[in-house]
Amino acid sequence: MTNLEKYNQAFIDTFEITEAQLVGLKYQDITAWDSVGHMSLIAALEEAFKIMMDTDDIIDFNSYEKGKELLVKPEYGVKF
Amino acid sequence: MTFDDILNISPYLLEKEDKEALLTERLVELSRLHQKNCVEYSRMLKAIDFDIEKVKSYKDLPFIPVRMFKEYELKSVVSENVVKTMTSSGTTGQAVSKIYLDRITSSNQQKAMVKIVSDFTGTNRMPMIIIDCPNVVKNRAMFSARGAGILGFSIFGSKKIYALDDEMKLDVEGLKTFLESYKDEKILLFGFTFMIWQHFYKELLRLKKEGVSFNLSNGILIHGGGWKKLISEAVSHDEFHKHLQDVCGLYDIHDYYGMVEQTGCIYMECEYGHLHASNFSDIIIRRPLDFSEAEIGETGVIQVVSSIPESYPGHSLLTEDEGVIEGIDDCPCGRKGKYFRINGRLKNAEIRGCSDTYAAKF
Repeated sequence: MTNLEKYNQAFIDTFEITEAQLVGLKYQDITAWDSVGHMSLIAALEEAFKIMMDTDDIIDFNSYEKGKELLVKPEYGVKF
Repeated sequence: MTFDDILNISPYLLEKEDKEALLTERLVELSRLHQKNCVEYSRMLKAIDFDIEKVKSYKDLPFIPVRMFKEYELKSVVSENVVKTMTSSGTTGQAVSKIYLDRITSSNQQKAMVKIVSDFTGTNRMPMIIIDCPNVVKNRAMFSARGAGILGFSIFGSKKIYALDDEMKLDVEGLKTFLESYKDEKILLFGFTFMIWQHFYKELLRLKKEGVSFNLSNGILIHGGGWKKLISEAVSHDEFHKHLQDVCGLYDIHDYYGMVEQTGCIYMECEYGHLHASNFSDIIIRRPLDFSEAEIGETGVIQVVSSIPESYPGHSLLTEDEGVIEGIDDCPCGRKGKYFRINGRLKNAEIRGCSDTYAAKF
């Protein structure tokens, strides 16, 4: 699986949504992505990429696109 | 001024004058915002002929009794923008406060809380033991104060385990496995005071007598929610600490004071046993007879102000708690701002607090 596929799968599994819903998806747009869902998403991504995110980045992670920007940071080193 | 301007300052850095200037600017802005957007709030100001233009300090701003959030649906945003409603903890049959959050307020609560708690725990996330049952966070649209507390602190957990099952029984095997997996790491524990005592400490004590013991000497415990029940069982703050250390080696223990009406702005206890106000909020002790400001060392009713609430008019509230300021800017721990202690609830006030309302069943 490519990193993008892993990234997408974390959203799809956590929020039970389809790939078509991902682009432009923002925190609180769907009921599943609330504060509880958010921590589940972070856990899924940390598991998939074997990383541990900073609290600041967890808070900044407010959209599908923003998440990708954060994960390419050197401390996580995920390449899309 | 925006909330981000306050976020960029280290949470316990500001001394008295600087903090007063900062809070005054922000809280006056919030008062104007709520006056404009919340019809009930604007009526309250009108009823007391309050003129915001004359405010010189945030101490001059009116304070709403916390009970108002039980009797009225106070919000300063349209219903479509409410993403989360939080409720206060209450005993059965008791009315609960309803607090309406939009995206901005909800996110600022989490940001402030992370800044405050990181000052005590460090910024690294840690394996986390939640001393409660998973059921508490099940209803996601309506958060109880207990659920909100657990969820807010969860951001600090890298891996998480609930130490209690839904019958509030200690998951001994789960705890063992968890501690074995992370035995060389600093562990974060979080829970409410009475639940920790009743369902964690007492169980650990029983297990120890049977020869099963746990080592939590590398743990840091954060707990809150009220002492009422423990005080009635004659368990003091010092005994709580001593007994936990005796039973499992846990000694890094921090109480916190906070309420659902001002989520995010919690008041953490430092290593000297003092509760501290951060830059995000403040407490003012009021004399019960005329609501004038009490001196350092003088007991009174606690008013709390918070720089966070934009979606509901809860930036200045009168609590039903009694407390006393112990000092300003000079705690030996080095943190600036007021430090204080809570003496308990006002006489005849309703029971509240996540720990105390739960304990009312026992």
